[in-house]
Amino acid sequence: MDATLGGSSADTALVTSHKPTGKISDPIFVGLLWASGIAVLLILGLIIAMLFEGGLPALREFGISFLWSTSWNPVTEKFGAGVMVFGTLLSAIIAVIVALPLSFGIAFFLTEIAPGPLRRPIGVAIQLLAAVPSIIYGMWGFFVVVPLIAAYVQPPLIEWLGPIPVLGALFQGPPLGAGMLTAGLILALMILPFITAMFVEVLESVPPMLKESAFGVGATTFEVYRNVSVPYGNTAMVGAVMLGLGRALGETMAVTFVIGNATRMSASLFAPGATIASTIANEFPEASMGSLKLQSLLQLGFILFVISFIVLALSRMLVRSKIKG
Amino acid sequence: MASLAARRATDFTVKAISTGFAVLSLVMLAWILWTLLSRGLPALGPHVFTQITAPPGAGGGLLNAIVGSLIQIVIALLIGTPIGLMCGTFLAENGRGTRIAGVVRFVNDVLLSAPSILIGLFVYQLLVVPFGGFSGWAGSIALAILVIPVVVRTTEDMLNLVPIGLREAAFALGAPQWKVVTMVTWRAARAGITTGILLALARAAGETAPLLFTSLGNNGWSIDLSRPMASLPIAIYQYAASPFDDWVALAWAGALIITVGVLTLNILSRLVLAKMK
Repeated sequence: MDATLGGSSADTALVTSHKPTGKISDPIFVGLLWASGIAVLLILGLIIAMLFEGGLPALREFGISFLWSTSWNPVTEKFGAGVMVFGTLLSAIIAVIVALPLSFGIAFFLTEIAPGPLRRPIGVAIQLLAAVPSIIYGMWGFFVVVPLIAAYVQPPLIEWLGPIPVLGALFQGPPLGAGMLTAGLILALMILPFITAMFVEVLESVPPMLKESAFGVGATTFEVYRNVSVPYGNTAMVGAVMLGLGRALGETMAVTFVIGNATRMSASLFAPGATIASTIANEFPEASMGSLKLQSLLQLGFILFVISFIVLALSRMLVRSKIKG
Repeated sequence: MASLAARRATDFTVKAISTGFAVLSLVMLAWILWTLLSRGLPALGPHVFTQITAPPGAGGGLLNAIVGSLIQIVIALLIGTPIGLMCGTFLAENGRGTRIAGVVRFVNDVLLSAPSILIGLFVYQLLVVPFGGFSGWAGSIALAILVIPVVVRTTEDMLNLVPIGLREAAFALGAPQWKVVTMVTWRAARAGITTGILLALARAAGETAPLLFTSLGNNGWSIDLSRPMASLPIAIYQYAASPFDDWVALAWAGALIITVGVLTLNILSRLVLAKMK
């Protein structure tokens, strides 16, 4: 009897053995539940296997140097992932650098400053930013943000910062609007709600007693936030940032519209570039079935999968360690 | 330690900046919505819903894309929801605390956050290459793979909220597990599970990347699932990047339709959730 209280499967045998109604239907039902669980494992396994197998010929052709080779030339059929891996990482890192302080501020606002009745509506509105489809960010970025950046942001930056040695290399080239920096900014806006939501969740799990003690000794709201709440949730917050990074790495449609799609490497943030995802989206239509180009694109997909998987696994480890504890 | 006045000044400054950041993000949302409304509304008319896509300059609407999207989303839900529901139930009821449930949960999280373009590539390899062509089926299955992890996650979370006592009572009456789950646990979590399905629907409706290599898009009338099929996001993608003004206008109309739909679904599901808690 005690065993059934848990309601778990191993224990239900006890019940079903007394009940003829469940004798046949129950094993089928439980079997279906198990099958669905296994199905999810199979899907991921198949994804990994298919992407790896599809890209294997490209890896054989170019060797391991495919990973960092910066040539992407459909005419000579020389393909390498270097430019795209660089673009993927750079755009995602720009996104995180921009989104992080904003998320810290907004989470502070939502947990400590906003008056009670406003908290939920504002929180939901910010979450809606995450619900806007990626292609909408792409269109908005392409038609609205890119022209603005080309007209008002890049010319002064190129003029002021361009001539500075070393640092100036980041701000070179014609003000096209589209490019690495624009992609990073749009991505920042897209991952902002994810990071903020997790920050808020972590901050709300801080024991009130800790905060009250700090307030009790005369700390200001910001001091409590900086010295109590944030340190309390720091590992989970790092995990949240990693999750945001993971999202930015694989984002496709928005980036495809605003990054400029040039498969060459440039140090300038204003230069057009490419990410793995944008390259796949752009070049796929011109890659015929079974061609070396298509195999290279599949290999790019596999590389993106590995990068996202590592980031995700790390993020999950860090988040769980705190929220569970 | 800094003087009290200095600390108070810092506190005030940080509060002001934080509030500014929050306002900034709301302004961004409003800006995106304003752009959609101001460019999408003028292009929106009955023709968008009654005519199929046409060559530039020849008018035309988005009917085939809207119908194609609906067909593929419905099939994706029909495939993805049962699997997701069962898997979520498995995690909450049968697998609780076991090692395999931990692995399934982790894999589900990976699927949930995996770049959607990779799902498209995967289904391309799995279905398009062997069957020799792009098809509505391939698009539907790609969307189904996006639906599953969303449903799994919400189902598990919602079932965990159902009090153990309810299950105990049903088991005590001698009900087999399938009856307890379908008639008691699922019923108790009905609103939450529905929310998960709505969220999955919203996600599938807005996705473009997985459809690029699966259902491809179609400029004609397309309800044959074994052939390339039009969809709203793909039509927007093609039209927005085109050099023709009337196509770009149609893209904005489509963008407005999708965004209004997706945001409505999101707000609805949040209202249901808020009521539950």
